[in-house]
Amino acid sequence: MTRNPLVGELPFPEAARRELSREQLRRNLRSATHTIRDKRARMVAEVPDWEELRVAGSAIKADVLARLPELLTRFEAAATAAGARVHWARDAAEACAIVTRLVRETGTDEVVKVKSMATQEIGLNEALEAAGITALETDLAELIVQLADDTPSHILVPAIHYNRSEIRDIFRERMAGTDPDLTDDPRALAEAARRYLRERFLSAKVAVSGANFAVADTGTLVVLESEGNGRMCLTLPETLISVVGIEKLVPTFADLEVFLQLLPRSSTGERMNPYTSMWTGVTSGDGPQDVHIVLVDNGRTATLADEVGRQALHCIRCSACLNVCPVYERVGGHAYGSVYPGPIGAVLTPQLTGVAANRSLPFASTLCGACFDVCPVRIDIPQVLVHLRQQAVDERRGHPSAERTAMRAATWIMSAGRRYTRVLRIARRATRPLAALLRRRTVRRLPWPLSAWTAERDAPLPAGESFRDWWARSREGS
Amino acid sequence: MRIGLFITCVNDLLYPGTGRAVVRVLERLGHRVEFPVEQTCCGQMQANSGYRAEAVPLARRFAETFAGYDAVVAPSGSCVAMVRDGYPRLLPETAEVAARTYELSELLVDVLGVVDVGARFPHRVTYHPTCHGLRMLRLGDRPMRLLRAVRDLELVELPDAEECCGFGGTFAVKNSDVSGAMLADKCAAIRATDAEYVLAADNSCLTHIGGGLSRSGAPTRPLHYAEILAGGGR
Amino acid sequence: MDARTEILDRIRSALGNGAAPPPVPRDYLRTAECADPVELLTERLADYRATVRHCGPGELAATLAAVLADDPRLAVPYDLPGEWLTGYRGEVARDGDPAPLTVAELDDASAVLTGCAIAIATTGTIVLDAGPAQGRRALTLVPDHHVCVVRTDQIVAGVPDAVAALDPRRPLTWISGPSATSDIELNRVEGVHGPRRLDVVLVR
Repeated sequence: MTRNPLVGELPFPEAARRELSREQLRRNLRSATHTIRDKRARMVAEVPDWEELRVAGSAIKADVLARLPELLTRFEAAATAAGARVHWARDAAEACAIVTRLVRETGTDEVVKVKSMATQEIGLNEALEAAGITALETDLAELIVQLADDTPSHILVPAIHYNRSEIRDIFRERMAGTDPDLTDDPRALAEAARRYLRERFLSAKVAVSGANFAVADTGTLVVLESEGNGRMCLTLPETLISVVGIEKLVPTFADLEVFLQLLPRSSTGERMNPYTSMWTGVTSGDGPQDVHIVLVDNGRTATLADEVGRQALHCIRCSACLNVCPVYERVGGHAYGSVYPGPIGAVLTPQLTGVAANRSLPFASTLCGACFDVCPVRIDIPQVLVHLRQQAVDERRGHPSAERTAMRAATWIMSAGRRYTRVLRIARRATRPLAALLRRRTVRRLPWPLSAWTAERDAPLPAGESFRDWWARSREGS
Repeated sequence: MRIGLFITCVNDLLYPGTGRAVVRVLERLGHRVEFPVEQTCCGQMQANSGYRAEAVPLARRFAETFAGYDAVVAPSGSCVAMVRDGYPRLLPETAEVAARTYELSELLVDVLGVVDVGARFPHRVTYHPTCHGLRMLRLGDRPMRLLRAVRDLELVELPDAEECCGFGGTFAVKNSDVSGAMLADKCAAIRATDAEYVLAADNSCLTHIGGGLSRSGAPTRPLHYAEILAGGGR
Repeated sequence: MDARTEILDRIRSALGNGAAPPPVPRDYLRTAECADPVELLTERLADYRATVRHCGPGELAATLAAVLADDPRLAVPYDLPGEWLTGYRGEVARDGDPAPLTVAELDDASAVLTGCAIAIATTGTIVLDAGPAQGRRALTLVPDHHVCVVRTDQIVAGVPDAVAALDPRRPLTWISGPSATSDIELNRVEGVHGPRRLDVVLVR
């Protein structure tokens, strides 16, 4: 069994430390996140009704969740009537088994894939490989990551941790038929990938995709992309299998008017992405004639049960929150250990897996709030982070914890004015000799656990007179 | 108008000068400030670290302590954000007093209608808009408007000002490496301004930033902007 | 219990006896304001590095001939108006007349010429819906050069106008410039798998 695509090998702080030491990675990340964030800001600024679109987008998604059984069955009926076959999967293993069976039924052992978070989440490529089926990623960045036997580090630009010469080396070593004199010019690299993939597109019998949206009323699926690899996969093969999370629904086709404005500008910072494909079941003489849709739960219903946390299911995978997050910017996607990194990953991943499997992720944020400001569907990520921190703490009640003891002591002290005043005095008196000795009000080293603070920062010592003592001295007598 | 001063625990113990500055500014403008001594801490650390049950008694205590005031003012963006955004979710009966709780610049500009508080501070300074002030309280340019009215003050823009300094309460300890990387960038931006002082509306962020500046031997000193409004000097 | 029943049960129990679905505020602009849609579409297409030409109805054949001058083999949908091609000197392959072109034949064509369903000025987008003069989806995908004729009365102002005008039962392809990737150090490279050149001819 390969590793769970939603659970990392190390807790976040340790994985983050490992990633922080990679200088090239940090430079790449900084430049990439700042470039996309600036583009996004420019594109959003030119939309006069952006805030109204965000409010509508959020409300449509809340409405979808509230009516999910009704909308799912409506979607199933509409898609089926249009010639698609709809399958349901409770978890990753069931979804992979369904896709594997469908591919086998076509008699082929090779599929082309459109970039899809859902198929990464369920570990589909690994499952297909175990069944003797080769899955070829066709998005340029996903292809790079797949050839390098690596995992994506960003939702939108998964190979952002590689620079051009590294990509050239990966192509030369691992992409069959690559010219040994290939340069690291991005144009030449893109051309090499085009040539490598083209014959495979033109001969592919089966494609696997995800979907950005699924329209309940009509049974329509929608995929947004840039390179045309999506169109190749969605149009040329005979069989198309789309793996879709149950939260991807929108009620009506008209609702796309909101999301097709929100998503491209938030995601790539474009007015519109180069290609958007919409298809409804089977169209005679145009595109795949054998069309399947696999609806996947895999932790979504558990997320839905949490009244605060369920807003994470509004996510449309734009990755705007990654690009503004100061934590993501410094550590990149691998530190999160999940296919969903960054702020949205820190709230979505622990809910999909259960908090016990990802206890450190809700703490991987300063709660600075930049993510909420850019979220096109107004997910209050800081609120959900705090909510999940509480679950992470509650889940460990009964285990001894220095932190809990300290928190409880602080509350006990601060629950009575006199007790608090007394403790302030003790703190000042106890540190006074130290301040006198150092002749300054800062210290350079504190004992554990505050030693983590003084590793890179000086710490302040209490003032000579607390505010309340000053107030009592200067006011009470008058 | 009865104005209650919520000094916050960090200021009480570590930065009493900030509290004294708030008193001086408001009294100079002709207002009476009261300091109810029963006050302690807002409970932000507990609530943000996942200890909701431990934060609730502190929210209740705050609401009881400040029930009789027309306005509550605190020189701390994050504590005001905790009270105003966090309390109503924690304990619905605190909603009323929470809505009357202001960060200093909100009280001065919005409630009292003052921009020029009559201060002078002949130094080069820069201003770091802390995350809670910027994105939860939406303080906007209120602190800057107050600072621009200070005589002889040279206010220089901080590059990437809206970036978090990396403090985040217990984040600085739990994820100290990432926090340190963020701090290093913030300190570099501050050094690039050649300012004598870096100002903010929150002494907890300034503790973090100041700790980084002092460790790296930078000459810039952290200072709460209230102390500039009071006339300057700690 | 089968997966479908179990998932629907899980959802119902997750929602509990939840309140009625919240209302959706739609205070955004349902119809975009746009003073000069033709000019805006031209500007937005140029932003994507698509080439735009303007002509009158009488100049269409000559304009297309100029745009396609370097293309020896042209694929077109079976119902492309014959008068569009009167100036073109190369070889024309009609898809579906008599039989659909094979993938190899499509790959062999250096260009494809179609009309469109609508175009969106605000976003610089052309939408194909397999309607008149557009053909099936593969047609505009495999050849490397796409020439698209847009009548000015097909231009709508914004995305909501476009969604309202389209029929979801038809296969829809929204095209905003030539195919592109920014996957290598975020350098934009036009032309990966879809057509690397997009030429739009706007007919008054």
